[in-house]
Amino acid sequence: MDEALIYAKLTEIVHDVLDDDGIVLTPELSAKQVRGWDSLAHLRLMLTIEKSFHIAFSTEEMSKRGRIGDLVGRIQARLQSHPVRQE
Amino acid sequence: MDSIYTELRWLPRPPETFAEQLKQLAPGPHLGDELRRLATSALDLNQLTRLARSIARLKKGGATLQPLLPIRLALLSNATIQMLAPALVASAARHGFDLELLHPPYGQVAQEALDTGSSINRARPDAVLFALDHRALALDPCPGDRDAAEATVQRALDYYRQLSDGIKQGCDALCIFETLAAPPEALFGSLDRALPGTLRNLIDRINAELATFASSTGNVLLDTAAIAETVGLAAWHSPTLWNLAKLPFADEFIPLYAEHVARTLAAIRGKSRKVLVLDLDNTLWGGIIGDDGIANIRIAQGDPVGEAHLALQRMALELRRRGVVLAVCSKNTDEVARRPFLQHPEVLLKLEHIAVFQANWNDKATNLRAIAEELSLGLESLVFLDDNPMERGLVRSLLPQVAVPELPDDPAGYARTLAAAGYFEAIAFAEEDRRRADYYQENARRASLMSQVGGVEAYLASLGMTITFHPFDAAGRARIVQLINKSNQYNLTTRRYTEHEVFAAEADPSVFTMQVRLEDIFGDNGMISVVICRPAVELAAWEIDTWLMSCRVLGREVEHVVLRQLIEHARHDGVRKLIGRYLPSERNAIASGHYAKLGFVKVQQEPCGASLWERSVEAEPPQCPPMKVISEGFLPRSKQATEEGVVA
Repeated sequence: MDEALIYAKLTEIVHDVLDDDGIVLTPELSAKQVRGWDSLAHLRLMLTIEKSFHIAFSTEEMSKRGRIGDLVGRIQARLQSHPVRQE
Repeated sequence: MDSIYTELRWLPRPPETFAEQLKQLAPGPHLGDELRRLATSALDLNQLTRLARSIARLKKGGATLQPLLPIRLALLSNATIQMLAPALVASAARHGFDLELLHPPYGQVAQEALDTGSSINRARPDAVLFALDHRALALDPCPGDRDAAEATVQRALDYYRQLSDGIKQGCDALCIFETLAAPPEALFGSLDRALPGTLRNLIDRINAELATFASSTGNVLLDTAAIAETVGLAAWHSPTLWNLAKLPFADEFIPLYAEHVARTLAAIRGKSRKVLVLDLDNTLWGGIIGDDGIANIRIAQGDPVGEAHLALQRMALELRRRGVVLAVCSKNTDEVARRPFLQHPEVLLKLEHIAVFQANWNDKATNLRAIAEELSLGLESLVFLDDNPMERGLVRSLLPQVAVPELPDDPAGYARTLAAAGYFEAIAFAEEDRRRADYYQENARRASLMSQVGGVEAYLASLGMTITFHPFDAAGRARIVQLINKSNQYNLTTRRYTEHEVFAAEADPSVFTMQVRLEDIFGDNGMISVVICRPAVELAAWEIDTWLMSCRVLGREVEHVVLRQLIEHARHDGVRKLIGRYLPSERNAIASGHYAKLGFVKVQQEPCGASLWERSVEAEPPQCPPMKVISEGFLPRSKQATEEGVVA
């Protein structure tokens, strides 16, 4: 899946989970800069990402709250080891 | 089939515009109803969270949520409940509650329950939910040590008793206790079940004792163990999520768990449903009694489809035995609809089990009102089970108080879906419950026909119907032959033709033929009407040899649009008059008013009941409901190009 597509899908998920359609995702954006992105919202976000992309994160990956660029990198890595199911 | 539970499949999918509708919620007299409507769909965790956030926003702004009933629930848990809390608030709205959730910081279960001055006891909630799993009891397995096992079980029960007593003294709220979901990790294997002191054996015993304890102390049991077993213990217990965030079970089950908590609250408040209203054709049996006849409906043992419908009948009968009132609501001729109950040896339900039997051709919303009135119960007591998505949509839109479960395509899932919806949840069972169904039945008067429900027109408009006309062709032939030979009810002449005869009509340029299909927002209804016109003896006139319509689309004024189309083609052919004939059969009484309704004039009435009708093509065409009309393939007899337009 190309990066632009991941960003598009991730943007939709972030809007849904954080209930804020104004958030614009950039690689440099970090969770701390976004209102409402607390540890609980983060967990819901990671769980929603798992389901939407049909991937599974490790405990370690789930708990990391860093920059969006890193998150997209982790999604890409998981997609490569577990190709996304065609729907 | 497991997604029935996890995805709350008995509820309709949320609207595409769910997020926008949430944003548009505003204080007003209908806010509570709007919230309940939005909550009554299969919401996932994120959607439940958004709904709860909207509710919080509105309440903060001072809005009242009437007619939602305020209820205050304290939640005491050994796990993280922050993710659960919004789901509970939103699910409670589905059951008609404005839920205020009180929860102390993590891990304060005993302190909050036992200290009479605790925040929970001072807040005086209506109920306290002890959401405790096996980890709350710190069960120490002692395989093979019977005495230690006994002591462990008693210690657990003592703990529950203390919590219950603490709340009784502190605020006298009702306590809800949860059974424990056993972790899937076995120590020995199958032996764990029998050997005293293993975790599974301890949990089995505690669950059994807790169930007795809860009912004997007037408290309520939430059988979380049963919920977890239903969806699978391995899926329920997520080591990752426990380690990471102390989530008591996997996030995907939060909507299901929250729904169970909410329906338990509804049962406590006496808001569970009381009446199961059943559609007949393709719900209680396979096939259509009016068309297929008693010999061909599918309800027998040995026929897998018949057995699926039998399973539903069996469930209805069991529900009746525990006091749920049964009623029938079917688009049928009354006498025809009663036949399977009287004559079919394998139909389990009998007329004596059914309190109100509404079989007629009125719309179902009108009939459901009549049933509620008959039983002197509110519409919010009714559950309506129907295989037809259009009927379900109509009832949901006109009577939002009635619970209308979605049903899977395969009737094998009907009984399970109905049970999963939990409409008849009860917290106790008494002798009078057993007799309740009889009581309502004795008191039921024969339901009178009610005036048409307003809003049907608007509902029809919302269906986004597209009607498509073609002359007979090879692609449609098999279905045309089937309809001509099977349709009994809305069939003006009941003339049967072989495939060869149908082909002859198709090929004969002097014969006008039409096959009609209908699509709507629920999907494609397929071919729903067939018309054959032959040149009449008199000049410039067509005699309508065959006109039939599927009962599935009755009440949608499809026949009006068909006539309008017929008139157009007649005019185009230089025909000035249409001649219609009604030939009564044993089953087509429903079509007797067809020509009068469409503006035909009766010119002849035979003693046998047959009648002859005429209509000039110049007379005002009938009013038609809004639907998109597509007419194709009528070359060269008709207009030279495909026409497409909207009849307003």
